[in-house]
Amino acid sequence: MSAPRIAVLVFPGSNDDRDAALALEGLGADPVLVWHAERELPEVGAVVLPGGFAYGDYLRAGAIARFSPAMRAVTRFAADGGLVLGICNGFQVLCEAVLLPGALRPNVSLSFVCRDVVLRVERADVPLLARTEVGRRLTIPIKHGEGCFFADADLLAELEEGRQVVLRYEGENPNGSVDDVAAVVNSAGNVMGLMPHPEHAVDPLLGSTDGALILGALVDRARERLLAPV
Amino acid sequence: MLVRPKPGILDPQGKAVENSLRHLGFTVDGARVGRLVDLEVEASDPESARAEVERMCAELLANPLIESYEIELEA
Repeated sequence: MSAPRIAVLVFPGSNDDRDAALALEGLGADPVLVWHAERELPEVGAVVLPGGFAYGDYLRAGAIARFSPAMRAVTRFAADGGLVLGICNGFQVLCEAVLLPGALRPNVSLSFVCRDVVLRVERADVPLLARTEVGRRLTIPIKHGEGCFFADADLLAELEEGRQVVLRYEGENPNGSVDDVAAVVNSAGNVMGLMPHPEHAVDPLLGSTDGALILGALVDRARERLLAPV
Repeated sequence: MLVRPKPGILDPQGKAVENSLRHLGFTVDGARVGRLVDLEVEASDPESARAEVERMCAELLANPLIESYEIELEA
């Protein structure tokens, strides 16, 4: 099988679903958009929760999206070891769904921030960063108003202990996130959320192709999962 | 029910409100911005109404990591 199928969830208010699908397609995947009301996922090798403003970000970003039927299916997929990537609003949804630790709060500046940031790879032994090395710098754009990752002191210590912070902002912290956190994984490492948008950094025309390192790893692992004997 | 950012959590919205009030010449020592949710719930007695709203808070209305809440009942 050449093009592994990858689900990209679509919530009312998602707006980077097609960009994510386009980027995945360019990296050799067969992306399929899955509407939030679906109770089951099609047979896929990985799942992407895209950026946007699911359900208008009402109440708290991601708070309502977590209860959509498709999220139950995503939770089962993750529990089965399936790879799940949440980008920006997708990260917020994963935190609200408690598939990832922590919470995302409004940026300290209260401004919507839209620019390239430099990220430092803290771990390369999680599936989604397998194409990188520890210490490598990735340039990937952010565009969010609520990207300030928060964990209280106990949770932060737990995340450090479990090595769950996998990307940090290098240089100026764009949103005030605790300990410069830009991306975290669950304890098993198969669910990752990040505020930057790898799908917007897959073409040299847009300034960087570093996002392809993350999405490419997703495609690799999706292929492996679909080829694995059941 | 009233939701507040937990003490110690940075509240940029509150900070902006505080700064604006200062600009207007008011003396303020702090401002925190929360959220008020008016709910209409049918229940046989206040206890069961409160229990129901507690469950709503736990499941959806507040994120316990960053927010605290209080419930006020009116018959």
